[in-house]
Parts: sequence; C-alpha cells; structure tokens
Amino acid sequence: MEHRGQVIRENISKIISKHGIGREYLLPVLNEADALYGYINENVLVEISEQMDIPIGEIHGVMSFYSFLNSEKQGKYVIRLCKTISCDMANKNRIEKVLEKELEIKFGQTTDDGKFSLLHTNCIGMCDQGPAMLVNDKVYAKLTPEKVFEIIENYRGGKL
Amino acid sequence: MKVKEIVLGPHVLGSGLEKALEITPYEVILEIKDSKIKGRGGAGFPTGLKWQFAANEAEPTKFVICNADEGEPGTFKDRILLTDHPYKVLEGMVIAGYAIGAKQGFIYLRGEYNYLRKHIQNHIDSMKEKGFLGEKIMGKDFSFNIEIRMGAGAYVCGEEFALIESMNGYRGEPHNKPPFPTQQGYLRKPTIVNNVETFCKVNFIISKGANWIREYGTELSTGTKLFSVSGDVKNPGLYEFELGITVNQLLKEVGAEDAKAVQVGGASGINVARKDFNKTISYETLPPGGSIIVFGPNRDMLPALKNFMEFFVEESCGQCTPCREGNYRLLEGIEMLEKGECSVRYLKELITLSEVMKDSSKCGLGQSSPNCFLTIIENFRDEILYR
Repeated sequence: MEHRGQVIRENISKIISKHGIGREYLLPVLNEADALYGYINENVLVEISEQMDIPIGEIHGVMSFYSFLNSEKQGKYVIRLCKTISCDMANKNRIEKVLEKELEIKFGQTTDDGKFSLLHTNCIGMCDQGPAMLVNDKVYAKLTPEKVFEIIENYRGGKL
Repeated sequence: MKVKEIVLGPHVLGSGLEKALEITPYEVILEIKDSKIKGRGGAGFPTGLKWQFAANEAEPTKFVICNADEGEPGTFKDRILLTDHPYKVLEGMVIAGYAIGAKQGFIYLRGEYNYLRKHIQNHIDSMKEKGFLGEKIMGKDFSFNIEIRMGAGAYVCGEEFALIESMNGYRGEPHNKPPFPTQQGYLRKPTIVNNVETFCKVNFIISKGANWIREYGTELSTGTKLFSVSGDVKNPGLYEFELGITVNQLLKEVGAEDAKAVQVGGASGINVARKDFNKTISYETLPPGGSIIVFGPNRDMLPALKNFMEFFVEESCGQCTPCREGNYRLLEGIEMLEKGECSVRYLKELITLSEVMKDSSKCGLGQSSPNCFLTIIENFRDEILYR
C-alpha cells in the first residue's frame, strides 16, 4: 500500500513538473492523469491537491465539469458514439444496437473483462460522415453494423 | 452567387506574415479593421476592433488564443482547417501576436480532437524550423510561440469567457462582462480569442489587402464563409461561399433542393422553412454560424427538435437559472408534444419562457438555445401540435 502510494506520488510529480505548478496547469495535469490511469481516483486526486496546493473540493469541481475526465474506472477502450443531430439522422440507432449486441453491455457500462466502456457523446465534428464514434483517441466514421463488428473484433484481438 | 475559394484556396506559407512584419502592428490592425471582417465563430464580433482593444491595454503581457473548441452540432470546418490547412491557422496567430504585442499564443483544442494534436504540433515544430515561429521571426525583433492546450469535453468552453476560465484552471463557466478578455483574459492579462477560420482569413487580408476581401460578400458581411453541410443532402462536406448567399442557392450547390427545412447556425441557430429559402445568409440577416443541417422532405421535425434540446440540457453549465432550468423545461415540453399532451396554452407559456431565456441568460448558450425551439415550433406548428 505504502509502495503504491509512493508510485502515484512519483507519477503525479512527473506530470506536474512537465506542465507546471500554477493553477492554469490544472486541466492539462488532470487530462494526463486521466489518460495514465483511465480515471482519477481518490488517491490521485489527493496527490494532485497536495502537490499543486489546490483544495480537493476545488479540483473535484473542475473534474466533474468536464465530461472527458472520469471519476470511475473505464475500460481499456472507451467507445463514445456521437448521438447529436447529423449522426442521429444517419441512423446512429442501428450502431447503438450493434454495439450493445456485440459487447453485451448497455450504454454507460463496462465489459466484465475491463476491455470496453460504452458511452454516448455529443457532436464530435464528423457530421458529414455520420454515424461516427471515438474509440479512445481514434475516430471512426461512416459506420455500418458490419464495420462496427470488424472494429470491435480488431480491438478484441489486439490488432488496433 | 459564386463559389469562392479564399480560405480554402492556395496560400504560400509566410506570405501574410512577411507583409505584416513590413508594416507597424498598428497598421496591421487598421488593415483588419478596414476589411470589416467579423469573427467566424458565431458571435460575429468585428475582429479588428477586438485586436485594437487588446493592443490598447497598457499591460505588456498579452496572449493570443485560437478557439478550436468547435462543438456546435453540425460544425466540422475547424477540424478540416486544422487537418488540411494548419499553416494558415498558425500563421494567422503569429500575425495577431505581432499586431497586439503578444509573445505567446495557445490553441485551445477540444478533447474530441485529441487525435489532431500531434499533427498540429508537427506543424508548429516545422514552422519553428522555418523561422516563422520562435525567436526573431523572419529576422525581425519579434518573438512568438504557440502551445496546444486540450479541452476535456465541454461545449460551453467554446464561449470565450468559459474558454478562458477553463484555461485558467477552473470550471468552464462564463461570467458577467466587463471585464472582457481583451482586458482580463488568460492569467488575467489582455487576451484575444479568435476562431480557427478567422485566423486563416487574416493571412489573406494582409497578403492581398482589405479592399480585395471587401469585394466578396455584402457591405456589412464582407468576405467568404465556410459552411459545414450535413444532414439530408447529396453532397455533405465543407463549402466556401460568399456571405449574402441565399438559402436556395446554397441548397442547390450542395444538392438538397428538395429540403423541407434548414438549420442555419447549428442547434443554437435558426430553423428556416421553404417559404423563407429566398432569405440571405449574412450577419445582418440569418447569422452564418457555419453549420448547415438539412432536413429532407420526409424528415419529422419533432425528434430533430428533441435532439437539439437534449444537447442543450446536457451542455448547459448550470450556473444561471434561466438556462439550467429553461432548457430542461423546454425539453419536458417537447416530450409532452411527443405524446400529444401539450396544450396550446402551455405551448404559449413555453414560448414566453424562451423569450425570458434569451433576455436573461448569462452567455450565448442560454441566449441562443431557445432559437431552435421557437423557430421549429413556428415553422411546423401544424405538424407538431396534438399529434
């Protein structure tokens, strides 16, 4: 336990020294901590608070404001399907169905093996090529049920 | 109306900057003011005036921010500009830095575009190598650097006050003005926040002159504008048209002449029905947010309206009551309309509520979110009531 706390301390310290200690670096620090751990747990939060000298409540307030900062552990691959107008008009509901069927989870859930989380997101700027989704930082457009199946298979097999 | 390629057209890297550095910062601002261009983000504030405000501040540390937090439903122009024309964006920012006396610029890139980060950074690095960024730019006594800052999934951060709060390390909540960002922005220093497309445009105004740009568009809405076209349309994609184009002309160009309605300016924009397709798109008529969503002849407008309102309910920052509560009530009303349970009397109340939201919300989000409700209800009342 002591060792784990030490590792977190060092990791956060590395992130902060890369960006800076000022308040204006809070969002970059949170973004990077989130990318490192897949979410920002209490231990990480406390560490950031102590090292940047910002109250925990303040940081929590900032974290909860941004939808890409997670307070709960997410799967290795976070799938964010765009649900906004143009993707919706391009039949994103069929993509919803195939995602739920293939992953055997509902939106808002993570698979038991911790590999996939399934979420909706607002407009991701792929409106001319909908339906579209993000898998972590990768964007997939002009989705069809078959294409989605292939994408998931590839992530499952570790090919992507 | 001609289809023009200015912002999307050819540009020699450094040609705008070279010209800018030959004249004084003040003259650069005068040229931008003379072009009469307005911000390409959505609010349409005159760019030259904004620069002048920042330049006039006594505080010596100033900042340039490129607002790449493109989140309006139906908009993707900034993604394409940053992907295919990154030098134009970066060079425009350097010119802005020279004009207002800033040494540091930032690109506030939305979290959804994280995949573009490396691509943009590569172009920043290569501009440094070529001497267009960094110390002593083009041999002159002028230094400027650009750093990318990532957003984290919040539509409201496209609002310039919210964006600055976010960059300062706080919740991205808008605040009352003044002070304006040009007075107290990033780190409470004078800051200009301009849209990606505006920075692209700056290169051409400086290299070809304000008079040349004024030949395009209308008297009050000069130049061309990028339009992200999506929805029920044959050829979705990015288009550049002169401002003052009619809805009809635009639909013809993109292959959607059979449209039943068009959403001009995205979810926060105006719904235009066939009877008004002869209207022009410009800052003085239908404001050109840049997002054009086409609804085909068989499209049901109520689910479309519901999609817009769900968006605003989620994206309202929740700080001020008219927006937080108002959007929620409008969505509730739409759900009643879906079930055929919304009385005419209650619908009228919701329309009054919409007007109150427009008058009393703190920022552009709550001031414009009722637009879709008001205009879709007005245009398609018969289709929507008691279904």
